[in-house]
Amino acid sequence: MEFGLSQEQTMLQESLARFLGESGNLARSRRFAADKEARAQDVIDGMAELGVTGLIIPEDHGGVGLSLLDAALVSEVLGANVTPAPFIGSSVLAPLALMGAGDAGQQGLWLPKLASGAVVAGVALSEAVGARDGAGVEIRDGKLYGRSLFVVDFEADLYVIVDRSGELHLVAADSPGLTRTPLRTIDLTRPTGELRFDGVEAEPLNSGDTAVALRALIDAGRVMIAADTLGAAQAMLDQAVTYAKERKQFDRPIATFQAVKHMCAEMAADLEPCRALVWYAGHALDHLPAEASITACHAKAHLSEVGTQIAKTATEVHGGMGFTDLVGLHYWFKRIGFNRQILGGPQTVREDAARLKGLAA
Amino acid sequence: MDLSFSAEHESFRCEVLSFLESHRDQAPRPGGPSALMWQKLLIANGYAARSIPTEYGGYGASPDILKSRIIAEEFARAQVSPGLGGQGISMLVPTLLEVGSEEQKRSIIGPTLRGEMVWCQGYSEPGAGSDLANLRTKGELVGDHWVVNGQKIWTSTAHLADWCFCLVRTEPDAPKHQGISFLLFSMKTPGIEIRPLIDMTEGHSFNEVFFTDVQVPAGQIVGKRGDGWKVANAILRHERGSLADPNTMLSRLGALTEMMKTETVDGRRAIDDPLFRDRFMRIEAKVMAMRCNDLRLLSAAVNGHSPGLAGLVVKLQGTELRHELERLAIDVMGEMGLLYGDGTPYLRDRGSWQWNYMFFLGLIIGGGTSQIQKNIISERGLGMPREPKLATA
Repeated sequence: MEFGLSQEQTMLQESLARFLGESGNLARSRRFAADKEARAQDVIDGMAELGVTGLIIPEDHGGVGLSLLDAALVSEVLGANVTPAPFIGSSVLAPLALMGAGDAGQQGLWLPKLASGAVVAGVALSEAVGARDGAGVEIRDGKLYGRSLFVVDFEADLYVIVDRSGELHLVAADSPGLTRTPLRTIDLTRPTGELRFDGVEAEPLNSGDTAVALRALIDAGRVMIAADTLGAAQAMLDQAVTYAKERKQFDRPIATFQAVKHMCAEMAADLEPCRALVWYAGHALDHLPAEASITACHAKAHLSEVGTQIAKTATEVHGGMGFTDLVGLHYWFKRIGFNRQILGGPQTVREDAARLKGLAA
Repeated sequence: MDLSFSAEHESFRCEVLSFLESHRDQAPRPGGPSALMWQKLLIANGYAARSIPTEYGGYGASPDILKSRIIAEEFARAQVSPGLGGQGISMLVPTLLEVGSEEQKRSIIGPTLRGEMVWCQGYSEPGAGSDLANLRTKGELVGDHWVVNGQKIWTSTAHLADWCFCLVRTEPDAPKHQGISFLLFSMKTPGIEIRPLIDMTEGHSFNEVFFTDVQVPAGQIVGKRGDGWKVANAILRHERGSLADPNTMLSRLGALTEMMKTETVDGRRAIDDPLFRDRFMRIEAKVMAMRCNDLRLLSAAVNGHSPGLAGLVVKLQGTELRHELERLAIDVMGEMGLLYGDGTPYLRDRGSWQWNYMFFLGLIIGGGTSQIQKNIISERGLGMPREPKLATA
């Protein structure tokens, strides 16, 4: 019985945090946003060197073969550092799709390239959770038609597409008939966008049970996003506490006022149990198949609620400075806001959990 | 991350299950076997007072947090009484084991464990609630007796108790935390008056207790004169963790699901109302987070790690969440949720939701209010400074 992180897992988080700190952290994210960079290749290369891009890819395909809990721990660190690099789509969901539904040839071709960071893969599965604006992709005569919105890790060389019937496809970014339109969102650290398909050649990913593979993508995606929010919310709380200890008004640090202390205590009290929830949900993805989907829903919905509250409260603790670009707190605020809606907002995800429990039709 | 139990612990679980199977007919019930007999049986088999030394009346097993957890889980699952509780067993006994004299351990722990000596706790006073160290009840050493005068409040089960463990100011000139002593005395001592304090549930568990020249033999003190605050703090730590058990919360959640499937408005089940369903799922996620947090605490205890913030937040989050859960049940019942009192027509679940909704407001306040918890979390957990004291005019 051991419910906690191993020494290796703590070291993984620390070494990634150290690299991200050295590579510039918030300043790097600011530059990424200001220069409208498509890809922070230096950050991706550093992550590849640490084995993060190939984290869950098996060793015989050039990865490190770690678990989805480890991937959640990485996601947490990326959220904490508002890192402008692909991970959830390219290093978790795309490898999972290939490992769960790809054939040996597809795995042998793509997994090593994803592991090395040479290829970035995006994942188009928003419509499998809830199609907005009538979006959706269909297959006719072996070709894809339609559009997909809010692609995860949009600036990619390769895409995993989920069509309206839940089938999975692989599409190269330079395929004829594919139009890519970036969609600017509040969060400038993670590019997203729209893919339009007008008779695009696609390779089916249909070697396993596609329904199981799709569900695994949604579950893993939700846990990774929850972990990203955990990291981002913790970073906001830490900054609020530090600021409150330094900022003086009425001749005393504002951290001595109970009004401010209680705001911080409420954030900590809400967030700390979330850490255990994310660990459990990450562990369940690999080891507790009967619980994995419901736990993923709860982690995603609950972290969204707690994260949103902390994003607001931590900004308020900073007073007027929290509202400015000077402190840059809004990078975390927006990251948490982005995470809340992607792959289902809290109400959608809770209704999904209710269906899984047989409480809703 | 490894959520499995060792072979030793799995086989221990089987032992517990087979005990429950073969002895559950001896568990206490109205008109059946008594709680005291059941308690003796549990101690003899190591399912109560498990790690308390045999010379003090316990079972004498070496402490094993997982085995204790397995016992608690399986008794709860089987819905069999886990034996006697109360402040004597849960608070005084651990304290005496730490700081009591050998004579106190030998004469008090055994009868307390067996339910022959029932205790109440004399801590809070009208002017000493959150600021407990401000207590004024006075103890003066006159000859070979302490003479105690003053008033206690919130004294649970004082009307049922044989004895009281009590905080008394014995050193009026010392700083407030160093002037308190921890005394033990019989509730039959002349000069003690008990007045019931009826709470909002219409129940009587609390009392006001008045002391007028109560004579306590000088030796009935735990620790040294003026050390009472340290002794009391060891006990309060025991109290905080026990108010918010996530496994109880889970069983309440299960009961709420069942109610939402049967309770109807205009013929529609509550569970089919998307607003109620969403509120329910939202609470379920919070309960799941607290259960995972509890696993983390258990693992930290087993491995001797400090749980840090994960432990500090339990009282606040647990009691507030439980109150939120009971509140949802009341809203699901609507007007039916207003009904109260035994025998009332249409009353659901014997009024347990209404009772718990009010009772947990009491627990949010008792044992350190939510606001005091937030001070503790921000100061001990986040390292924020204390509020400066007002300059005394």
